[in-house]
Amino acid sequence: ITFLTLNFLSSPAIQIRFILIQNRAGKTRLAKWYMQFDDDEKQKLIEEVHAVVTVRDAKHTNFVEVRLYACLSCLQFRNFKIIYRRYAGLYFCICVDVTDNNLAYLEGIHNFVEVLNEYFHNVCELDLVFNFYKVYTVVDEMFLAGEIRETSQTKVLKQLLMLQSLE
Amino acid sequence: MCSCYYSSVWLHVNTGECNLASKHVPLQYLITLHWFETLFLCVFQRMPAPIRLRELIRTIRTARTQAEEREMIQKECAAIRSSFREEDNTYRCRNVAKLLYMHMLGYPAHFGQLECLKLIASQKFTDKRIGYLGAMLLLDERQDVHLLMTNCIKNDLNHSTQYVQGLALCTLGCMGSSEMCRDLAGEVEKLLKTSNSYLRKKAALCAVHVIRKVPELMEMFLPATKNLLSEKNHGVLHTSVVLLTEMCERSPDMLLHFRKLVPQLVRILKNLIMSGYSPEHDVSGISDPFLQVRILRLLRILGRSDDDSSEAMNDILAQVATNTETSKNVGNAILYETVLTIMDIKSESGLRVLAINILGRFLLNNDKNIRYVALTSLLKTVQTDHNAVQRHRSTIVDCLKDLDVSIKRRAMELSFALVNGNNIRGMMKELLYFLDSCDPEFKADCASGVFLAAEKYAPSKRWHIDTIMRVLTTAGSYVRDDSVPNLIQLITNSVEMHAYTVQRLYKALLDDISQQPLVQVSSWCIGEYGDLLVSGQCEEEEPIQVTEDEVLDVLEGLLVSNLSTPVTRGYSLTAIMKLSTRFSSVNRIKKVVSIYSSSIDVELQQRAVEYNALFKKYDHMRPALLERMPIMEKTASNGPTEIMQTNGETEPSVPDTKHLPLVTQPANQANDLLDLLGGNDVVPVIQTTLPTKPASAGGELLDLLGDLSLSGGLAPAPSVPVSQPPFLLDGLSSQPLFNDTSAAIPPMTAYSKNGLKIEFTFERANPNPNIAVITIHATNTTEADMTEFVFQAAVPKTFQLQLLSPSSNIVPALNQGSVTQVIRVLNPQKQQLRMRVKLTYTHKGSPVQDLAEVNNFPPQSWQ
Repeated sequence: ITFLTLNFLSSPAIQIRFILIQNRAGKTRLAKWYMQFDDDEKQKLIEEVHAVVTVRDAKHTNFVEVRLYACLSCLQFRNFKIIYRRYAGLYFCICVDVTDNNLAYLEGIHNFVEVLNEYFHNVCELDLVFNFYKVYTVVDEMFLAGEIRETSQTKVLKQLLMLQSLE
Repeated sequence: MCSCYYSSVWLHVNTGECNLASKHVPLQYLITLHWFETLFLCVFQRMPAPIRLRELIRTIRTARTQAEEREMIQKECAAIRSSFREEDNTYRCRNVAKLLYMHMLGYPAHFGQLECLKLIASQKFTDKRIGYLGAMLLLDERQDVHLLMTNCIKNDLNHSTQYVQGLALCTLGCMGSSEMCRDLAGEVEKLLKTSNSYLRKKAALCAVHVIRKVPELMEMFLPATKNLLSEKNHGVLHTSVVLLTEMCERSPDMLLHFRKLVPQLVRILKNLIMSGYSPEHDVSGISDPFLQVRILRLLRILGRSDDDSSEAMNDILAQVATNTETSKNVGNAILYETVLTIMDIKSESGLRVLAINILGRFLLNNDKNIRYVALTSLLKTVQTDHNAVQRHRSTIVDCLKDLDVSIKRRAMELSFALVNGNNIRGMMKELLYFLDSCDPEFKADCASGVFLAAEKYAPSKRWHIDTIMRVLTTAGSYVRDDSVPNLIQLITNSVEMHAYTVQRLYKALLDDISQQPLVQVSSWCIGEYGDLLVSGQCEEEEPIQVTEDEVLDVLEGLLVSNLSTPVTRGYSLTAIMKLSTRFSSVNRIKKVVSIYSSSIDVELQQRAVEYNALFKKYDHMRPALLERMPIMEKTASNGPTEIMQTNGETEPSVPDTKHLPLVTQPANQANDLLDLLGGNDVVPVIQTTLPTKPASAGGELLDLLGDLSLSGGLAPAPSVPVSQPPFLLDGLSSQPLFNDTSAAIPPMTAYSKNGLKIEFTFERANPNPNIAVITIHATNTTEADMTEFVFQAAVPKTFQLQLLSPSSNIVPALNQGSVTQVIRVLNPQKQQLRMRVKLTYTHKGSPVQDLAEVNNFPPQSWQ
């Protein structure tokens, strides 16, 4: 368990706090926040997630519990967990409440990656780098307000192609 | 790279100029052209066409060092800034996109906020898309631009293109502040009722966001929820279930209202598991697992503490639990959610057993993630479904060998939860084996767990002592401080095991003197039962042959060893002292003790000087003082964790103090504290210069010795004028020197430990000079408040004490205030004031309890 001394504003229960895609070196490939953070806090979180996730290997579970300040003034701690999956050199991380269904979110990550794979035709890290704004669109098509929005890959891909044609 | 690119643009502009100049055109035109050209140059001199996003990303990727990257980005940012200043519309989108990329790399980009708004206001979809993306990334709730934002989103929510509306919904759902939500909730509600499923999905989740931000807007969405569940579209169903869940979790009224939906939800779930293959929502052969999980979750909330709803979902839960394909993670995700629901609602007992068996099967799964969730859930349910969990004990114990630390930790916690009187021997064997082999991070918790379990379920005293000894020898350095006094108490009370114990501990000491808790317990036992050790009386196992000198060699070895902590040395010296009445080699002991009376360790020195005095002035009292400790009353309710050893380092004579009932008794009231003093009537001891009947006074003197060590360990800072003489026994004859009652009485520090300081100030109640009015001032130097602070005091029976209510029960952190409380002490016989104080408070979430003796009251305060 790592201690992140971050100011988690006391906000109502949200399923997903943030989605992060990082490579092994810690470079952010996508950071989608469903909670309010300062830039400094975001940066610190990104670094911490990188630190706790990259040291884990195949024998570890895909879950890391972290303890975060829920609110600085009331000194409340709350547990969260990072659910991550590694694909080649990329870590796909989702931060949720400790009580959430780990296995379902693992499946959610995989679903997301499969959509990316279809969309970019065998996705690789460079696709995400050069098309980062499209990756955000994919996220927004699949998640909203910290909740999974559409789970059907065919439907998401259809919408994504529509959106692309509008450009 | 950037500069190179600029120069190529220059080149292009220059050639363009040549072309223009070479054309044959009328002079008039030429002049106009010339004017144009100047303008053209002007504009481009300051602002050449910005490089493309792709180009920028490629350039940044060529940076070899962080510094190089930073330099490139600074340059580019400068270019983008000036482009923004020029109000350039053509390249705004490109510039913002680049800015967002740099922002993602961790560079500041907030100067682009307004540009995002301009893009959103643009008519082009590409512009809008980047604009909204920028808004989501760069703007946060605290920005003033939100007013503008609200207007833009409002317009776009009413746009004719669903994709524009979608963008607006997405943005609102991601970063909408409370004010925005209030202003736009009506639009969201309207979109929730459209027939367009693309928008309905988004609007439903947007509504979730609105409700989270402004819960009182919930009712507004109630009419729109009516038909949500009759929707065929899975996406809409999914998001609707999320919306209903949110409403139910936030409002008991909504929960009540939506309970009627249970049959409908059950039907949807049934269709999902019964329906055949549907390609659109299939994941590894399972039909829309995400929707199933969400429905199960909503059912859980609806069925919680409601018999009827629980009853209505019993069958479907059993169906899901038995029919779900478990070869893939996705099936297990559904099963896991089902288990959680079964555990949470008022389900039938058969269903609960089914759920726990699912978790039991999870434990055997090859996938570590599945084992992890199984252990986590079993831990939660072990208290309520103990027997069902007990059936999977061996699988759980096997998880102790798992490679993942989080699995190991949970398996350890669960194993301890499963220990009972029937399986204690087997379980402890496994757990002790685990203690041997586990990572250091587990040892302290594991050792505490073993102690607790052994105390609760030990089948025999011999087994209990063996188990604890095993912990001390294998994980001694990780054992918590509080286990030493507990263990000593246990040993003392097992009278028939004394010889065996001391022999085992002596042998352990010969092997290893690095593990301090082990050394401390061993020293104490050797001091107490040294005679049994050398006489070889052990019946439990082959007695060892050991001489007095050998034993003393070992103890002296501890005194000089670098491995010993000051506390250990204190134990060792006290043990040597005790042996002076159990061994014949008194001269050797005298010598050792006198050597340490000049030790640089003040605590050790004080002890040695006192013991020296025992040898010289009070030799006739020595046998009584060093008598074997009496059997203590068992305070079983005090688990090892409850006695707070707040500062072990400064308590070298713990074995003595531990035998005062004072320390082990869970006294909650000042009255109890008084009782503790009972029998230990201070007056005669103080007034008698020498006790006349040393043997009978033994008990009291023992307590006195305890007091002595208390004052040695707990007495406040040396700066306080010490009215109590430094040596206990000399103190018996000391007489007050002052008699001036009118002078102001100096304040004193009564207690100062762990950041808590308590000062006493004095005044005398005018009408009655026999009453001393003491005001306590508690202050706190640590960075966290001490809450639930309770100060209690007790005085010997010749006094009467009245505690007035305190000013507060919170001692603020960092000396930012104090708690004051007035104590009135009636002292008709004008005896020396003595007081025992008990402090309880909560600090950083953990309860602290401490006792202290205050006997350095300034003489004026009681004369």
